[in-house]
Amino acid sequence: MSAVQLEIQAIAVLAALACALPGVFLVLRRMSLMSDAISHSILLGIVLAFFVTRTIQSPLLIVGAALTGVATVWLVEVLTHTRLVREDAAIGLVFPVLFSIAVILISRLPSGVHLDGDVVLLGELAFAPYERWFAFGWDLGPKSMWMMSIVLLLNTAFVVSFFKELKVATFDPGLAAAIGISPVVVHYALMSVVSVTAVAAFDAVGAVLVVALMIAPPSTAYLLTDRLRTMLVLSAAASAVSAVAGFWVAHWLDASIAGSMATAAGVLFAIALLFAPERGLIAAARLRERQRWEFAHTMLAIHLFNHEGSPDAEQESGIDHLGDSLRWDGGFRERVVAGASRRGLIERSGEFLRLTDAGRDLARRAVVG
Amino acid sequence: MLDWLSDYTLRTVALGAATIGIVSGVLGSFAVLRRQSLLGDAISHAALPGIAIAFIITGSKSLPVLVLGAAIAGWIGALLALRLSNVTRLKQDATLGLVLSVFFGFGLMLLTFVQRRPDATQAGLDKFLFGQAAALLQRDVIAMAVTGGVALLLIVLFWKEFKLLAFDPDFAAAIGFPVRAIDVVLTTLLVVAIVIGLESVGVVLMSALVVAPAAAARQWTDHLGGMVALAALFGAASGIAGAVISARAVNVPTGPTVVLCAASVVAVSLLFAPARGLVFARLRDRRTRRRFGARHVLEHLYALSEQHEDPGHAHATSVLEAMTGRRAGVGADLDALEGQGLAQRSADGEWAITDAGRDRIRRDRQVER
Repeated sequence: MSAVQLEIQAIAVLAALACALPGVFLVLRRMSLMSDAISHSILLGIVLAFFVTRTIQSPLLIVGAALTGVATVWLVEVLTHTRLVREDAAIGLVFPVLFSIAVILISRLPSGVHLDGDVVLLGELAFAPYERWFAFGWDLGPKSMWMMSIVLLLNTAFVVSFFKELKVATFDPGLAAAIGISPVVVHYALMSVVSVTAVAAFDAVGAVLVVALMIAPPSTAYLLTDRLRTMLVLSAAASAVSAVAGFWVAHWLDASIAGSMATAAGVLFAIALLFAPERGLIAAARLRERQRWEFAHTMLAIHLFNHEGSPDAEQESGIDHLGDSLRWDGGFRERVVAGASRRGLIERSGEFLRLTDAGRDLARRAVVG
Repeated sequence: MLDWLSDYTLRTVALGAATIGIVSGVLGSFAVLRRQSLLGDAISHAALPGIAIAFIITGSKSLPVLVLGAAIAGWIGALLALRLSNVTRLKQDATLGLVLSVFFGFGLMLLTFVQRRPDATQAGLDKFLFGQAAALLQRDVIAMAVTGGVALLLIVLFWKEFKLLAFDPDFAAAIGFPVRAIDVVLTTLLVVAIVIGLESVGVVLMSALVVAPAAAARQWTDHLGGMVALAALFGAASGIAGAVISARAVNVPTGPTVVLCAASVVAVSLLFAPARGLVFARLRDRRTRRRFGARHVLEHLYALSEQHEDPGHAHATSVLEAMTGRRAGVGADLDALEGQGLAQRSADGEWAITDAGRDRIRRDRQVER
């Protein structure tokens, strides 16, 4: 592994971690698509700041871009508050407009300026190590690595120091307001963090990957846990794995690193979707299947229990009769009877069934509740 | 002025853009009403891997092949996003964002892999991102018109079903409509609307063309038929205007221009639509406030005349200001009352209620009783 490869992976992991932290709260607060809106409209901030400073190296670009991100959030809110359009439509109106203005402004720029809509959208991680920082003749490493480290540090500090506020405002905004945590302040603080992260990450990984890294790892983690702390740790882990896996897939296929990272994040989500211990599709299907049999066993026990000791007990406990009284057809009936005897709920003698003590107990409990 | 009508390229482009605008306006109306404005965004991004796979399989860059691939991938993405929000605890914002970014990243990976160029800009992707309507050929426009025409025909045929789904899906299910199937058909038609615009408007901004005309049309009418027709009209107008402007200016991509045209229509609608527009709502508000204010002042004048030995005794404006608790507007209200003959000004500028004013109050109180 060369030094450049190592640096690319470091930048990718740093960016992924920085995105995953605020992403967790976006997913939980049902604002995932704000990341999409913000990461597109920051282009306008970059272009406007460029018109002021006439260079794309200025830190003012970052400030301008982060401000447009927050402005996007504000515009969406203003539009929604008019009650003329709903929030989803407001998002769908605001960011394309800001993005369009930016693209048109760029098209008016003299050619030769390295500022392009698709660069912002897609990023180019492979070039990131070649923009380096030097101080007193020392090579301090790639600029993006520093930038992403700082942002990751800021985001971690934000989440750690305002953990309680974020948690309450996310899960119970009413309670938050009642105990003096302003949901509005939390909202805008989070959106500022998202904006700054998107700005810092876009020129390394591109706006679309910012969206992928903010939404996919937290969604994966959300399927695996019910605890906020665990969710933060899991999504950080998922994002780091996506970053490294994405890099090597891209290396192997000679394809876009950003695209491969997004794909890796998607694959991780698919794995969690299928195999998550409680909420995975397979676990859910198995649970449904088990409940189906348990329900049938209980029904059988209740049926036998109801007729126990009555004159028609013998007739009602015949296996064939179950088809009439419980509407179970042949194969299913046999499997229910087999399963129930295996569980020791009933005993089978010839064509007739008898409840065991355990079966009687189950029926009694099921009926009484 | 109309010389562009004789220009073959421009005519083709304008007709193509008009077709896109009509179809996306109509289908967008349903998406906006169903709070699925951002579904279009997910579809257009999710279409990218379809384009790449179609190219890998057929090796052809012909438009119909790529569009078919785009449609299939967009369709899978849309249904996946909607389905995921049903089978997992993730909400629709997260599933849309997930599908949007992961599919797009996957498409980016495939495209760069196919072209053996990790640099996405050179892979000719920028056309798909921002659209280039100038590349439209007459046969493309005919194909778009035929496909879009079929989609519109289906809307007319299933009008009742789609209307019910948009406004009250639970009721539709209760009276026995196959809601899930209708939902799939409507989503499929939205996919059609989006993919026919991809080449001209681009992946990033096609979604805005779904949202904007519909959101604008919504302000002018409360009837679905009217809204759909207006949205088609707005879509067509924005399409034509945007295509013509971008064809006239050098190096300006079509997508952003069309979006800004559509956004202007939205802005005008939000401000000036007669029933819902902000300007008229503000005027109505002011008129109501003034009417209530004047009435309030009249009530106080009446109370004063009841308490005074001489019912015609006049009182200073400052007295009424103190009684109503208002600083501003009392003078204007008094002038208005004088205009209606309900109050009169004495020689030294003080005010008293007239007989007509007294009658008005008494009559209204009787009615209340």
